[in-house]
Amino acid sequence: MKLHDSIKTVLLILSIVTTGTLEAQIGKPFIHDPSTIMECDGKYYTFGTGGGGLISEDGWSWHSGAVRPGRGAAPDAIKIGDRYLVVYGATGGGLGGGHNGRILTMWNKTLDPTSPDFKYTDPILVAQSDGVEDNDAIDPGLLLDPNTGRLWCSYGTYFGFIRLIELDPETGERVEGNEAIDIAIDCEATDLEYRDGWYYLLGTHGTCCDGPNSTYNIVVGRSREVTGPYLDNMGREMLKGGGKLLLAAREKLIGPGHFGRVILEDGVEKMSCHYEADLDQGGHSVLGIRPLLWENGWPVAGDNFKDGTYKIESERRGYSLELAVDFIRMPGRIRRFNQDEEEPINPIPAQQLSDVIDSWPAGNIDVRIGDYMVRPHQRWTITAVPEAGGYLGGPYFKITIADTERALAATADAEVTTVPTFTGAAEQLWRIDQLTDGTYRIMPKLVPDSNEQLVLVSSGDSTPTLAKFDMKSDNSKWNFKTH
Amino acid sequence: MKHRATLLITLTLLFIASGLRAQNGRAWSNEPETVASDTARSLNHYFTPATPASITPDEEGFIQRWLLLEPIEKQIRTNTLFTDSYLRNAFDTLYFHNQFTLLPVDGEKVKVGSQELTWHALDSKLFNVKLFRFAYGLYKPTYGVLFWAVTVINSPEEMKNVRISVGSNSASMWWMNGEEILLLSGDRRMVMDDALSRRLTLKKGKNIIRGAIINGPGMSDFCVRILDENGEPVRNINISCE
Repeated sequence: MKLHDSIKTVLLILSIVTTGTLEAQIGKPFIHDPSTIMECDGKYYTFGTGGGGLISEDGWSWHSGAVRPGRGAAPDAIKIGDRYLVVYGATGGGLGGGHNGRILTMWNKTLDPTSPDFKYTDPILVAQSDGVEDNDAIDPGLLLDPNTGRLWCSYGTYFGFIRLIELDPETGERVEGNEAIDIAIDCEATDLEYRDGWYYLLGTHGTCCDGPNSTYNIVVGRSREVTGPYLDNMGREMLKGGGKLLLAAREKLIGPGHFGRVILEDGVEKMSCHYEADLDQGGHSVLGIRPLLWENGWPVAGDNFKDGTYKIESERRGYSLELAVDFIRMPGRIRRFNQDEEEPINPIPAQQLSDVIDSWPAGNIDVRIGDYMVRPHQRWTITAVPEAGGYLGGPYFKITIADTERALAATADAEVTTVPTFTGAAEQLWRIDQLTDGTYRIMPKLVPDSNEQLVLVSSGDSTPTLAKFDMKSDNSKWNFKTH
Repeated sequence: MKHRATLLITLTLLFIASGLRAQNGRAWSNEPETVASDTARSLNHYFTPATPASITPDEEGFIQRWLLLEPIEKQIRTNTLFTDSYLRNAFDTLYFHNQFTLLPVDGEKVKVGSQELTWHALDSKLFNVKLFRFAYGLYKPTYGVLFWAVTVINSPEEMKNVRISVGSNSASMWWMNGEEILLLSGDRRMVMDDALSRRLTLKKGKNIIRGAIINGPGMSDFCVRILDENGEPVRNINISCE
């Protein structure tokens, strides 16, 4: 019994080690209400409730160190020109306190606290609530309208309305004479986004700050005008409680809240949030980064890539990545149809690696794309390599033929091959991003002797290579299937 | 001595509430919080007294006339405890005489424990009924509360296959003509058309809808409308308090 328990314990630890760290960020990503992630001089920054925030060198491993004065709650940040505008609520809201919140903005030329240019301007009051009215001026979110260049700020909590005000993008001050507009109820930690003619209002519903029992979840409505009305997919106004669920608890990450969006390039977007409790990290509130997808004009929270054994399917034709080796026939004979009805029916075992591996060359083996036959040379095991670092939202992976150490690798002539043994070299490490349409981009950490960022593409139906990513081409896109 | 004990209990409840509040329980303020003067508390921003003449639903079918009982105080630490069984126990509890059959009149008082509570016949100025503002305007407790609400629907004809649509903050339970029709459990925000009853029949004449809404830390409110078999709001009804 004791041995049995020990095995279970080891399996549990292994489970946490192999899968738990893949769900949220690693390091010490402890934060509540993370602001939209900003990149500054090659590092990533996010600020949280209570002052301070997190810094990351690679977007995967996060540690404390970001500096934001003013304490207060739920900041947001945006880069305008060559400056960063940070907005925050001076108070924390709460039933024990009042609801006389204050929204403040301040500028900084850099977010790097070690830079000689690092200096926040004096805070500017842009909105407040009197503690009695149906609004609590905390939890601001910023949007610089790409169409008009106008700067908007939503703010508020469950205490009454979410409101919208306009700020001056030059000064960070409230536009003179601007009147606040009510745009939603019963949510908080709102954020505004724009995409393809729609303005999106993302808010957090539910209850925070109760560890694994927090019911936080993120909802969204959209409008053709930044001023609303914001409607959900059923046409319900967010002023009447409407909202389409974007993200609730998943697996061991409980209570997502405080949405932020990062556009890395066309077709590659991430969303940030915090989880009220990461069960694998002691129930701490942690930073979360996931792929952000768009389906039928609505944002959808994607899932970070998980270790597993997959068919790697080209979006171009539907063929799958495979070793360029001989096709080995399975035992069996050509059957005539509609005959032999009396013959006993016995299952036929699937082809095993041991059935074919001796026919494979020992050295490098090229790869190609072929019609999928569920054969060992077409099955890839993808495993995170935690010590290899990561990128915004994920770790690097090794991609090996299932049950072998034979690894996919980029070559100096911008092609792909497999090497007999994974060594951890940068050209054998792969970044996997889920794209906004739900397909995936597969990118080597390094192309030898090259500074170019290339991705795995289909140059023909049957031929893979490395080339620049093009979101408009199915050549650049892949899917991972478990069948 | 009695006052000291009451003060201690009150302070304890306030402490609990401040630590486990509904949303954004973030004790990170560095600003002195001075609430604006609330000496002008009133129901007038959100309600008008119900008139003798009946009214009809608003354009979207929301029922704005209700008899509301001043809040019954409940010790509620967190809204996540609003499980089905907790709510059934809470709503099955007898708080006042004839609570499931009483059709009160404006100003009528009931005794709940040591509390003497008054029924108010009101028309909401909004599509929803903001119970938080009802309690606040009357200088009553706003958190850790249970509200009772009653309205009378006069239907000009029998209407089959209608559904009662409810949104509430937080949990609530609803009855029509004495039959339980809805239970909205869990930690909820008010969302229009959040939960619908099964298909029901509105009798010709008087139909009584009764609701109980419970909340710990949160801004209590609810909205109710009746939808026909096509999902369209029923508007050819009259609403009264008698």
